[in-house]
Amino acid sequence: MSAIHQNLSTAISSSASTFLGYNNLKNIKSSNVSLPGRISGVVKCVSSPSVEKTAYKTKVSRNENLAKLQAGYLFPEIARRRNAHMLKYPDAQVISLGIGDTTEPIPEVITSAMSMRSYALSTVDGYSGYGAEQGEKQLRAAIASTYYADLGIEEDDIFVSDGAKSDISRLQVLFGSNVTMAVQDPSYPAYVDSSVILGQTGQFQKEVEKYGNIEYMRCTPENGFFPDLSTVRRTDIIFFCSPNNPTGYAASREQLTKLVQFAKENGSIIVYDSAYAMYVSDDSPRSIFEIPGAKEVALEVSSFSKYAGFTGVRLGWTAIPKELVYSDGFPVAKDFNRIVCTCFNGASNIAQAGGLACVSDEGIKAMHEVVGFYKENTAIIVDTFNSLGFKVYGGKNAPYVWVHFPGQSSWDVFSEILEKTHVVTTPGSGFGPGGEGFIRVSAFGHRENVLEACRRFKQLYK
Amino acid sequence: MYKSLSLSFMPCKAMLQPRARITRQDSENFVDYRTKVARNPTMERLQRNYLFPEISAREAEHMEKYPNAKVISLGIGDTTQPLPDVVASSMANYAHNLSTRTGYRGYGAEQGCKELRKAIAETFYKDMGIQGKEVFVSDGAQCDISRLQLLFGSNMSIAVQDPIFPAYVDSSVIIGQTGDVENESGRYRNIEYMKCGPHNSFFPNLSKAARTDIIFFCSPNNPTGHAASREQLERLVGFAQENGSIIVYDSAYAFYITDGSPRSIYEIPGAEKVAIEVSSFSKIAGFTGVRLGWTVVPEQLLYANGFPVINDFNRIVCTCFNGASRIAQAGGLASLSKHGYKAVISLVDYYKENAEILLETFESLGLRTYGGVNAPYLWVHFPGSNSWDVFNEILEKTHIITVPGSGFGPAGKEFIRVTAFGHRENILEASKRLRSLL
Repeated sequence: MSAIHQNLSTAISSSASTFLGYNNLKNIKSSNVSLPGRISGVVKCVSSPSVEKTAYKTKVSRNENLAKLQAGYLFPEIARRRNAHMLKYPDAQVISLGIGDTTEPIPEVITSAMSMRSYALSTVDGYSGYGAEQGEKQLRAAIASTYYADLGIEEDDIFVSDGAKSDISRLQVLFGSNVTMAVQDPSYPAYVDSSVILGQTGQFQKEVEKYGNIEYMRCTPENGFFPDLSTVRRTDIIFFCSPNNPTGYAASREQLTKLVQFAKENGSIIVYDSAYAMYVSDDSPRSIFEIPGAKEVALEVSSFSKYAGFTGVRLGWTAIPKELVYSDGFPVAKDFNRIVCTCFNGASNIAQAGGLACVSDEGIKAMHEVVGFYKENTAIIVDTFNSLGFKVYGGKNAPYVWVHFPGQSSWDVFSEILEKTHVVTTPGSGFGPGGEGFIRVSAFGHRENVLEACRRFKQLYK
Repeated sequence: MYKSLSLSFMPCKAMLQPRARITRQDSENFVDYRTKVARNPTMERLQRNYLFPEISAREAEHMEKYPNAKVISLGIGDTTQPLPDVVASSMANYAHNLSTRTGYRGYGAEQGCKELRKAIAETFYKDMGIQGKEVFVSDGAQCDISRLQLLFGSNMSIAVQDPIFPAYVDSSVIIGQTGDVENESGRYRNIEYMKCGPHNSFFPNLSKAARTDIIFFCSPNNPTGHAASREQLERLVGFAQENGSIIVYDSAYAFYITDGSPRSIYEIPGAEKVAIEVSSFSKIAGFTGVRLGWTVVPEQLLYANGFPVINDFNRIVCTCFNGASRIAQAGGLASLSKHGYKAVISLVDYYKENAEILLETFESLGLRTYGGVNAPYLWVHFPGSNSWDVFNEILEKTHIITVPGSGFGPAGKEFIRVTAFGHRENILEASKRLRSLL
């Protein structure tokens, strides 16, 4: 029950977000896979006001980059579908293994630090106003020593954020509209969507479900979920997420060495998303900076969201080595610093107090326990789908299970699973054309819900 | 902040530029490899560091030079008074509950928690027709200003007041809306600067202003402290309607108004069709470090093709942001509760009293002083001078940090901004030192 209420309370407001804006009303008939075309009348999509012909309009043109976006951001759409389903079946116990939202309480060592900081703010000695935009010194130092000890990343290379998603867009603002980018396909949608918004891309090409001017690096079972770099065109920026969301695949040391080399040959910059590094179970690298030479070609984005359950607290970081410079020799970190000082004003001081507790000895231990819990969930889900005869990927180094449904539309599978088991998953095509035919099952959830969901999967697919 | 960097002074052409430049002298040497990625030309266009880190750097340097001096900061508009208990404890409780099964919450709605959106609408926009669903909770106005620039894109023209809070201009440069800076004037090409000074009672002469797509308007104004009157805002809304422009109205200091001037642009009929309003809990509840604000995008605000601006802003918020910290939002909600609201009003009153004290001080020195009545900023005129020189002199002789007016735009060059945020004893001490200066 609490899972439902929890989901309701987080999701209701997001149903106000319009998934299908005006321009997409035209597209419904010519449906394509990334747009859930067959609406079936269940979802009330449009919350925009009714506009009479005489309504006043400004003379300001809509940003054409926003118009390029095909649909709403993926996860509010999943939330919308879930809410609509709950309205349709008010007695069903809907289980959410869709949006990768953490469910387990934050360890007390961390929350008590945040409580203490909150109280301190009401005292003369404990009150603090604006913090350094780059983050509190102690926290920056602690992140550097916890995650990058012996890798040559120092305190002042760390920029504390309100989460990886925000920093991805700030990095796009940093790079500007004249850069080209490459992404894994499938990938976390924020890289592509922010690229479109910044004007780096061309129009969406329906036949291939790709935006023009983005280099999509296909990652499939056939290539072991690591792109064949010999077929990849040079781009300025390469977004690379490992362990990967959604496939769960963690690149090996050898593969990352090839990636770094590729970047070096092409003079590209890798934006390495290591938000799931703590889920690595084997000896796959946890940071790009474990690879020699990476400091000259890469920066790394990470987050406390999936380690400490900070999805609602909002805290992350970006590490930019001093060695990373533009073609004219200007350090990338210096411009990022300017962005952070101008377009941001620092992460919440209370969240930062929590972050400092996270990277204390006790905090690290506690985070490992939480991560361990979700990893057990993952194993249960992997076992379930394996036992049902599915080809299952991921699940070893990440809290995501990537299940193959060959020849099927992932939105259809998503809908069928939702309709028949009341379990929310995420259709693979939401992550790019390379995700078609797959379903992402996230392993965040209370144990009883994960077990119940697996029971229902077994029912459906036995 | 910049301890690893060396601070070097060099003379510069434009009188408007600060004298100090912060350079990373070490970094160039040890880099052998360069990527082939071109630096973003818009970043190159920025003339100097963002204003406030620059002021911080000056402060740090001065404190090193005079380790025994008691430096008083009336520079950066940073709140100093502790949070009300009811607000702090609501956040402490919320944080604690996150460690319980029933109290744990994950991702919040990107637009903000429904309760808070509603409370903001009811508290600040009562009877103005603004509903909760038109309120987007942010991690502060500075962040939302850049998100609005992302929304608008690079093909927009903007107008700003001159002088003004630097984030509008800087974010405009970064997003690519502007041309290069004109060295003599210090103005970026393609920005319409609407001069605000004593000569026009700090309200721009709109008949002289060129049409732009976006008009940034901050009232009560940072740095001049002027709150536009109802009549002036009616003219502004009329101007926007005639030109089909969108006003981005920054009302972060509305709580400081004492003379009945409008607190929201939506007090003006028709504004809901032409204006976005940005605000913040920073200067209301002392949330400068906690990080919480909001932006109102009315559903009736439409692009030229009829598309609602709110739809696109929502998309930005869902894609480039992930919601303000839930803990901060709990604090925001507490500050709008019956007890919380009373408590924040007394916080604001405290700073308003500071402003009165400083206003009296500067006036007693025979200096033309503006602001300080509807905003926590005083705008002191030093006719014929260069504000960086005045800034340096005040700093050197009284160990008081202020902000040179030219940091806010070319029209600020003869002015100094003094903030009224500070512990009462520091305000009184600063007043004493200033009186002995002149």
